[in-house]
Amino acid sequence: MRGSLGKLVAGSLSLAGRWQKQQLRRLNVHEYQGAELMSKYGINVPKGVAVSSVEEVKETVRSVFPNEKEIVVKSQILAGGRGLGTFKSGLQGGVHIVKTEEVADIAGKMLGQILVTKQTGPQGKIVSKVYLCQKLSLVNEMYFAITLDRKTAGPLIIACRKGGTSIEDLAEKFPDMIIKVPIDVFKGITDEDAAKVVDGLAPKGADRSASIEQVKKLYQLFCECDCTLLEINPIAETSDNQLVAADAKLNFDDNAAFRQKEIFALRDPSQEDPREVDAAKADLNYIGLDGEIGCMVNGAGLAMATMDIIKLHGGTPANFLDVGGNASESQVVEAFKILTSDDKVKAILVNIFGGIMKCDVIASGIVNAAKQVALKVPVVVRLEGTNVDQGKRILKESGMTLITAEDLDDAAEKAVKAAAH
Amino acid sequence: MSRQASKLVGSLASKIFANPAPVAPSSLLSRHFAAAPPAPAVFVDKNTRVICQGITGKNGTFHTEQAIEYGTKMVGGVTPKKGGTEHLGLPVFNTVSEAKAETKANASVIYVPPPFAAAAIMEALEAELDLVVCITEGIPQHDMVRVKAALDKQSKTRLIGPNCPGIVKPGECKIGIMPGYIHKPGRVGIVSRSGTLTYEAVFQTTAVGLGQSTCVGIGGDPFNGTNFVDCLRKFLEDPQTEGEIGGTAEEDAAALIQAFCDIIDVNKKESKTEKPVVAFIAGLTAPPGRRMGHAGAIVSGGKGTAQDKIKTLREAGVTVVESPAKIGVAMLDVFKQRRLIIQVFM
Repeated sequence: MRGSLGKLVAGSLSLAGRWQKQQLRRLNVHEYQGAELMSKYGINVPKGVAVSSVEEVKETVRSVFPNEKEIVVKSQILAGGRGLGTFKSGLQGGVHIVKTEEVADIAGKMLGQILVTKQTGPQGKIVSKVYLCQKLSLVNEMYFAITLDRKTAGPLIIACRKGGTSIEDLAEKFPDMIIKVPIDVFKGITDEDAAKVVDGLAPKGADRSASIEQVKKLYQLFCECDCTLLEINPIAETSDNQLVAADAKLNFDDNAAFRQKEIFALRDPSQEDPREVDAAKADLNYIGLDGEIGCMVNGAGLAMATMDIIKLHGGTPANFLDVGGNASESQVVEAFKILTSDDKVKAILVNIFGGIMKCDVIASGIVNAAKQVALKVPVVVRLEGTNVDQGKRILKESGMTLITAEDLDDAAEKAVKAAAH
Repeated sequence: MSRQASKLVGSLASKIFANPAPVAPSSLLSRHFAAAPPAPAVFVDKNTRVICQGITGKNGTFHTEQAIEYGTKMVGGVTPKKGGTEHLGLPVFNTVSEAKAETKANASVIYVPPPFAAAAIMEALEAELDLVVCITEGIPQHDMVRVKAALDKQSKTRLIGPNCPGIVKPGECKIGIMPGYIHKPGRVGIVSRSGTLTYEAVFQTTAVGLGQSTCVGIGGDPFNGTNFVDCLRKFLEDPQTEGEIGGTAEEDAAALIQAFCDIIDVNKKESKTEKPVVAFIAGLTAPPGRRMGHAGAIVSGGKGTAQDKIKTLREAGVTVVESPAKIGVAMLDVFKQRRLIIQVFM
C-alpha cells in the first residue's frame, strides 16, 4: 500500500518527487493505538476497546457494547492481510464479525496465538490483544491520505470519492477522481484547502462544515505527531451521516522520536525480528537475510554496495548492517554480537570507509568484541578513511587472527572464499 | 558599492565559467575588483570562506581541525552564548549574521544536533550566505520540509545536505567529514547520495590516477538542498571536470536516468564538449521489497526493472558499472577510449 501510493505520487506529480521514503526502524503502531490517537484529536473513529484476556472481553462486551447485536473482533498484529490470514492453531481469518454472545469464544481462540498472513512471513506474529469494535453500517467509502511531498515542499492531501480498495487500483480505475491539495507549510491548512479536500471526497450526506473540521483535525494530527504518512482507507460515511475513519495507517518519522516520546513508547518489540530488536536497541540499522556472509559496514549506500559485490563474487550476504556515521565502540561490539549469534554466518566481512566514523573506533570495537564473544568464523577486515593507520595498528597489536583486505574487491573475494571453507 | 562590484564580478564570472572553454581572466578581473574573487565553478574553491555552526561541539571541533589542516579557509564559528570566545584559534560568534559581518564568510558548515539543525540552516539562509553545508543526520522531515519551502522561495543561498558528507574541491577546500587524504586534485566530478560510496569512488579515481575536480555528497534524506541534476549541470560547465561519476540507490534510478538524459541532451544540442558519465547503482542484488538503511538507500521491489533502467542509462551514453569496485577503472577506461591524456598524480 505504502509503495503503491508512492508510485501514484511519484508518477503523477513530479520527476524527483518520489514517495518519500520510510526509515528502516520506522515505527508502526497497532490499529487500536492509531484509533486512540485519532480519537484524541477529535477525529471520528468506530467505538472500540483493545483487550488482552477473555475476562476483559466479557467485561467490555457488557459495559461498552450492551446494545450491540454484532461486534467486530480484530487481531492486533503489526502486519497487513489479517482478514485472510490463518492462525497456526488452524483458525481461519484474523478478523471476525460475530454475534455478541460469541465474542468471548472467538477472542479466546485468537489471544496468545500466532497469526500468519501474506505479510508476516511463515513464522507469523503473536496476537497479544484483540480489538473489539462496533460494527458500522457504512453507506459510502472514500479515500484520504496526507504525505510530505518533495515537489511542493510541503504536506500534500490526497482524496478520492471512491475508497476501500488500494490506491493503486483507485488510480487505475478512477484517475480523474483523485485530487491533490498541497498545503503551504508556513500557513498551515486553510478553510479553502480543507473545503477542496471535502469537495474531492464528495460525501453524500455528511455535513460539509463538520467534514471540513474533520479534515483539519487530521492535518493537525499529521503535523503535531510528525507523521510521514496518514492514510484513511476507507474514510467512510455511516448511515447517520457521520464521516468516520474506518481504517487507518499511520507512519511516524523516526527522526522525530526525540520529541514524540509518547508515540514512540507504543513500539511493540514482540512484533519484530529479535535480531532487529537487538540492533535497534544498539541504534544500528540491521536487516536479517538468509546468506552466509555477515556484513558490518558504515553507510547505507556502501552497505548495499558491499552486498552487491559479495553476490558478484558468488557469495550471499547474511544481513544488511549499517553501523552509521557516529557509532561508538560499544555499538561495534553489539554489532559483532548480533553477527556472531547467527548460526548461518560462515564468515564476517567488515568494510569501513571512515569519514565521521573513525577507523580506530571500529578497530577497538572489533578487538573488544573478540574478547567478549567467541569468534568461530573467519573475519575479513577492510579499513580505509579517517584514522586508518591507528585502526590498522590496533588490529595488528591485538594479535587477533584477521584476514586483512586492501580494497573492496579484495575484501569481497576473501570473504566469499573464507565462507566456502 | 563594494557589494555592487562583487555582484558584477559574480555575474561576469558565472558567464565566463559557464563557457566550457577554460578561459581564466581572473587576473584581469582582480586588477579591477581586487576584493572579490570569481564565483567558484562548482560551489567551492580556495577562496571560499567558511564558518562552522556548532564549532564547539565534538564533531564540529574534530572536523574543523581537519578542515584547517586540509587548507580550507576556516574563518570562524558560531555557538549561541559562546560569542566572543575563541576556539581552535578561530573567533566564535553568537549568530551567523555576526560571524558573516566580522569574517566576510560566504559559506557555513553545520554540525548542530538534529533537534536544532533546521533552525541553524534557516539562520544561515537568513544571513544570505552563498553556501550552507549541513552534515547533521536525523533531522525530522517536518522540519526539513519547512527549510525546503524556504529555500525554494529564494535564490541567494544553496544548501548541500543534510545527512551528507559535504563537499570537497581537492587541494583547495574541504567542507565536511570526508577523509582528506584520499582525494587528489584532478579531472573527475563525483556526486552521490551516499557518503561512504562517495569515498569509495574518490579512493578508486585517485588509485587510477584521475583524481577529482569536485566531489559532492548530496545526502540521503528525502528533503535536501542540492540534487543530482544541480551537480551534473555544474560539472558539465566546469572546465576542470572531464568526466562525472554518479552513485545512487536503486530507487533513485528512474529520476536520475531522466536527469542524465535531459542534461546529456542539452549538452549535445548546445554542442558542448561531451563529458563521459559513469554510474553505479547500489542495491541491485538486494532482495526486493526490503528497505535498507536510512532514507537515502532504500531498496524497492526490483522485478527486473533494474536491468531496464541500466539499459536506458547505457542508451543515454552513460557507462553503468555493476561492481562497486570498478568505478575508478571504468572511468579510466572511458578516458583511454577517448584518447584523453592521462596525467598520473600518484
